Amino acid sequence: MSALKIKKGTSRHSAYDLRDPHAETEERHTLAVVVDNEAGVLARVIGLFSGRGYNIESLTVAETDHTGHVSRITVVTTGTPSVIEQIKAQLGRLVPVHDVHDLTVEGASVERELALFKVSGNGNDRIESLRLAEIFRANVVDSTLESFVFEMTGTPQKIDAFAELMRPLGLVEMARTGVAALSRGMD
Amino acid sequence: MTRQMTGAKMVVQALKDQGVDTVFGYPGGAVLPIYDEIFLQNDIRHYLVRHEQGAVHAAEGYARSTGKPGVVLVTSGPGATNAVTGLTDALMDSIPIVVLTGQVPTFLIGTDGFQEADTVGITRPCTKHNWLVKDPEDLSGRIHQAFHVATNGRPGPVLVDIPKDVQFATGTYTPPEKARTLHYQPKTKGDPEAIEALVELIEQAERPIFYTGGGVINSGPEASETLREFVDTSGFPITSTLMGLGAYPANGKNWLGMLGMHGLYEANLAMHGCDLMINVGARFDDRITGRVQDFSPKSQKVHIDIDPSSINKVIHVDLPIVGDVGSVLADALILWKSRGSKTRADSIQKWWYQIKEWKKVDCLAFTQSKKTIKPQHALTRLEALTKDHPKRYICTEVGQHQMWAAQFLGFNEPNRWMTSGGLGTMGYGFPASIGVQVAHPDALVINVAGEASWLMNMQEMGTAVQFRLPVKQFILNNERLGMVRQWQELLHGERYSHSWSEALPDFVKLAEAFGAKGIMISDPADLDDAIMEMLEYDGPVIFDCLVEKHENCFPMIPSGEAHNKMLLGEGAPTQDVIGTSGAVLV
Repeated sequence: MSALKIKKGTSRHSAYDLRDPHAETEERHTLAVVVDNEAGVLARVIGLFSGRGYNIESLTVAETDHTGHVSRITVVTTGTPSVIEQIKAQLGRLVPVHDVHDLTVEGASVERELALFKVSGNGNDRIESLRLAEIFRANVVDSTLESFVFEMTGTPQKIDAFAELMRPLGLVEMARTGVAALSRGMD
Repeated sequence: MTRQMTGAKMVVQALKDQGVDTVFGYPGGAVLPIYDEIFLQNDIRHYLVRHEQGAVHAAEGYARSTGKPGVVLVTSGPGATNAVTGLTDALMDSIPIVVLTGQVPTFLIGTDGFQEADTVGITRPCTKHNWLVKDPEDLSGRIHQAFHVATNGRPGPVLVDIPKDVQFATGTYTPPEKARTLHYQPKTKGDPEAIEALVELIEQAERPIFYTGGGVINSGPEASETLREFVDTSGFPITSTLMGLGAYPANGKNWLGMLGMHGLYEANLAMHGCDLMINVGARFDDRITGRVQDFSPKSQKVHIDIDPSSINKVIHVDLPIVGDVGSVLADALILWKSRGSKTRADSIQKWWYQIKEWKKVDCLAFTQSKKTIKPQHALTRLEALTKDHPKRYICTEVGQHQMWAAQFLGFNEPNRWMTSGGLGTMGYGFPASIGVQVAHPDALVINVAGEASWLMNMQEMGTAVQFRLPVKQFILNNERLGMVRQWQELLHGERYSHSWSEALPDFVKLAEAFGAKGIMISDPADLDDAIMEMLEYDGPVIFDCLVEKHENCFPMIPSGEAHNKMLLGEGAPTQDVIGTSGAVLV
């Protein structure tokens, strides 16, 4: 593109300026898709991913503007740079889609996920799980004499790490919300 | 002034307010209230088809030949599922149609009611957009939005599913100008800096080529006009996809013919050897590119398209311009002229010498026999006897005859050529020809068909006869699935598994059984007279032209090969021409 003397960012596909479009390495991207909250919109987005063979690693959706009936779908996906560009373009042309933000390339962003862990055990394991929960800033939201339910918010990596530690201590069940993400800063 | 009316009446009112005067459809239990309203008025003419697939293809033919959206009305369940092939066809070829389906009443949805199907679920991947309307207050607005979505941006099919109780219920009618505008407003103006870069490339190019597609047709007749001026003033050669034929006239001096798998030798070699490729409203389909790694290796590529997802999908381009092709071409033409309409004329002249060398190969050559009619010969005669008709429209089915029609018939205007490009739907052409004839009652509408494709929707003879539509069904009958047979010869050791048709009907008697005219012809000496008889008959004709049974369609780029690896006509080797990597391709 530079050979053509076009300023960066003038075309819709300026992300190609940043990365090698022919790279074969897979990247992980977090996309925020702002949509009209109409019937079937989630099926439409998911159907696009399955129909065209794209990956979904995590998916979170809820209405974020109740008066305007606008929902935000946060989807974490993996693919080569050209596949990621296609995913964004394909999402962008769906009729109910207002905006597609690639939080992975549009500057810094924060990602959080909420998870619940049910850990059962006695004696030292029980004490150790509580101690680790404190280190990870997980809260106890339910307790019996033989079990805890911990609640934790963090990056997916932090949740993975906590789950790994809990497994030998009696992790029996786990629920995750999937990633919610926002860009940092003013806008 | 608010107007209260039933949902069924709203449907008819909304169609009228959208300027619709023609609907193709088939009634059933879940659309009876709408059919009742159609009965009570005279502004909208309803054409009763014989199968819902036919209704959608007829609407496609109507839309392609007029530029206006085609409208379909069918019932729930099987009515909707029968429409699916047509919807997918329209999606692949970017044809604006609005399909209204009946649905079981809202309180029965989800109970597996009689003739219930999850229509919006089934059609979600094969429409540009669809809606189920559960509230009569939303109904008229949704129909107006359906027309907006179908016709704006990259056109496509839109479906509105209307439960029967919503058709009976009373609500407020919203006229088009009061309907809530959708967020969906695709941009049509191209980026000025990108357009300037395009003009610079045009000024510097030594071996340029325009590669145009269906987007130019969809953009409207003005886009074709601008394209013609650009091509003729610049002196650049131009080729087109199957979908784009007619945007630049076939009798124009810069025309190279169609490109692609069965495109012309000179067009494909010019694509392979160019240094600047200007893609205008085409999408680098696999029938065009052949082997992607070897596609036009030495060129800078410009891609003008209204759909951002078409860009860099298959071929990475150097200069993408997102916008309506008509608008972008017009802006580029103005800028290029204002800078003095410069090109590197010497280099381009050399480029033309090269192209003329390639033309000498005469890639469409065939030997006509005295005994049997070659399909190419039949089309050559059809072209000779109809090309001067001021209103000639050609439809096709899918297969060898379709490729021969694209090679041997010339299109000098846009919107005169209706063929199923992306989906390759056998059975498309006959109902499409009905839609074209409905839109242009005094035109000459010919469907070039193979006998196998044509049989797939032959029930529409009833429609043609009922509505006195004088469509000419020009069947090149080789008693084979010719393209399947050709691939079996090339790829599967001449084992012709199920690619011939036994028990074909007597097409003359078939025509007569429907109340139409049938003509059967097998002697080359009688061909012209038979074609004239077909043309002069005022009514639908089935023209059964018995042709050479084992003719192959050339030139051909074997799948998985590059543009410069074309097979040329007679005498070309046919054994093992498709390599192992190409064999898995379609």
